[in-house]
Amino acid sequence: MKLNVNGSTHEVDADPATPLLYVLRNDLELNAAKFGCGLGQCGACTVMVDGKAIFSCLTPILLLEGREIKTVEGLGTIDSPGPMQQAFIEEQAAQCGYCIPGMMMRAQALLQSKPDASDAEIQTTLEPNLCRCGTHMRILKAVKRARELMKTAAMAPASGERKV
Amino acid sequence: MKFGRFLTGLGVLIVVGVAGAFVYAWKPEIAPIKPPERASFDQALIEHGAKLAAVGNCTACHTNPGGKSFAGGLTIPTPFGTIHSSNITPDAETGIGTWSEAAFQRAMRDGVGRKGEHLYPAFPYDHFTNVSDDDNRALYAFLMTRQPVKATPPPNELPFPLNVRLVLAGWKMLFFRDGAYQPDASQSEEWNRGAYLVDGLGHCGACHTPRNTLGAEKASLHLAGGEAEGWSAFALDGSSPAPVVWDEEGLYTYLRQGWHPDHGVANGPMSEVTGNLGLLPDSDIRAMATYIASIVGEPSAERRAKSEQLLQEIKSGPITSAIGNDQSALGGKGAAIYQAACAACHENGRPQPFGGLDLRLSSTVHAPDAQNAINMVLYGLPAASGRTSAIMPGFADVLTNDQLNDLLGYLRQHFTDQAPWGDVVQRAADTRTGKYHVSVRPSDGIERGPSNIGAEDQ
Repeated sequence: MKLNVNGSTHEVDADPATPLLYVLRNDLELNAAKFGCGLGQCGACTVMVDGKAIFSCLTPILLLEGREIKTVEGLGTIDSPGPMQQAFIEEQAAQCGYCIPGMMMRAQALLQSKPDASDAEIQTTLEPNLCRCGTHMRILKAVKRARELMKTAAMAPASGERKV
Repeated sequence: MKFGRFLTGLGVLIVVGVAGAFVYAWKPEIAPIKPPERASFDQALIEHGAKLAAVGNCTACHTNPGGKSFAGGLTIPTPFGTIHSSNITPDAETGIGTWSEAAFQRAMRDGVGRKGEHLYPAFPYDHFTNVSDDDNRALYAFLMTRQPVKATPPPNELPFPLNVRLVLAGWKMLFFRDGAYQPDASQSEEWNRGAYLVDGLGHCGACHTPRNTLGAEKASLHLAGGEAEGWSAFALDGSSPAPVVWDEEGLYTYLRQGWHPDHGVANGPMSEVTGNLGLLPDSDIRAMATYIASIVGEPSAERRAKSEQLLQEIKSGPITSAIGNDQSALGGKGAAIYQAACAACHENGRPQPFGGLDLRLSSTVHAPDAQNAINMVLYGLPAASGRTSAIMPGFADVLTNDQLNDLLGYLRQHFTDQAPWGDVVQRAADTRTGKYHVSVRPSDGIERGPSNIGAEDQ
């Protein structure tokens, strides 16, 4: 079946009941989303589908035909990180980093639909995502920074190139 | 001539009738008082009142999620319009600070506010009228010693004539009988205690008894199943959809701890109820279980046998490890969704309350309508903040309504012997748009204070 991931269409040869997470990591070699609990309780596997944050470990690909999937790889590149990625780098929000892709995708989904989300809304929204290292304060700081960077990015040239 | 006299007679009758109704309907104001000092209440009485307020679940309606306790302002949608709960903190201007104990007693017994205004029966005085004077005194002591909060709820949005409170006198005449609980001498003391709590302050029937077109509980269908904040409040009588028969021991365990290995975890508004009941002594929970078990009644031999057989089957583990091959009438799509999204928790054998319930035991999947199943799958069971709790992720952003229909069709076919639900797609659509209002609460939602961030209205 065909999957639309980060703007391009991929032909995937997998059982339709396969969780999206496995297809992303094993078939498409997009390794940002992580396997944490496999039960939708830790958030490490969070990606975006049609702009909403979902647990990819619990989402069989048969549900995703014709829908837009986005992972951290779709937010920017190493050379040209997107505002969410840039914010996490600037705030040095990762410790071990395992939870970070999930945190970024859930935060991205929030700020895309609600660019002026309040600090409290950010905290509430990130509740399903756990961080074992305890870097929550830095993660929250990074998301708040991303909130500002995304506003600037929204005004940047249409090429998507980030001006430094 | 004769006809003229008849008309005059009719006119007089109407005037007398209206005047009589007005006299019946009119209630005097009770003089305001200066908010009493905390020292004027006995500490033990306040503590007793706290437990009673938990039984009454006062906080559920009188606190807005995330807002100040008992400050009111919660939006309560009803078939007749929208009501906003009142501020019952002892603030003199906006709360009940100027209410004397007599005014409070009258509100509980007769559903009349301090100024003599009839109260809307969203405030369940049809149950609270049962509460004893002594218990009302303790509740008064508890509420009058809370933090006063200055907050006025938004005005109710009710169409004419329902916005005229005098109309409520008619409603009361039809459906409301005042008076404290009278024990049934033919029953045990424990049963009577249970009936007092369940039918009185606990107001279980407010959700678990169906209502008539005028919003009054149908007395003939006492606890036969109703509706609460967008959730089906299952029948507590013999028509309960629970696959395993409820008995006194089961009810006690469930009410005491908020879950039962053979029934699952309380969700929706019921989680708040079991959370609140945590404050009660075992003896009161036992009494409630005794009374409700008598409402359940003795199951038929067939029902009992089926229930026991199911428990035996459950012991030998999950049944659906091979469901990937189950390409059934529903196209196998529902089965595939179940296997990928649900089975990881619902078939991993982890015990209640933290494991997923074996759906053969689920009242929700066996229920007469699909509403609770829709609510569960869309919104899950949010985690309680700051403590261990049962949890289930919601799938609202993953599943389309058609996919949800496939899934529920499979659950219904695979785990029950009940007919399929026919209206899942429409119900799911109405639930998502908010046309059908559903409130979502964490599993142990005791207080709707700011820390209870899992609570939200969908």
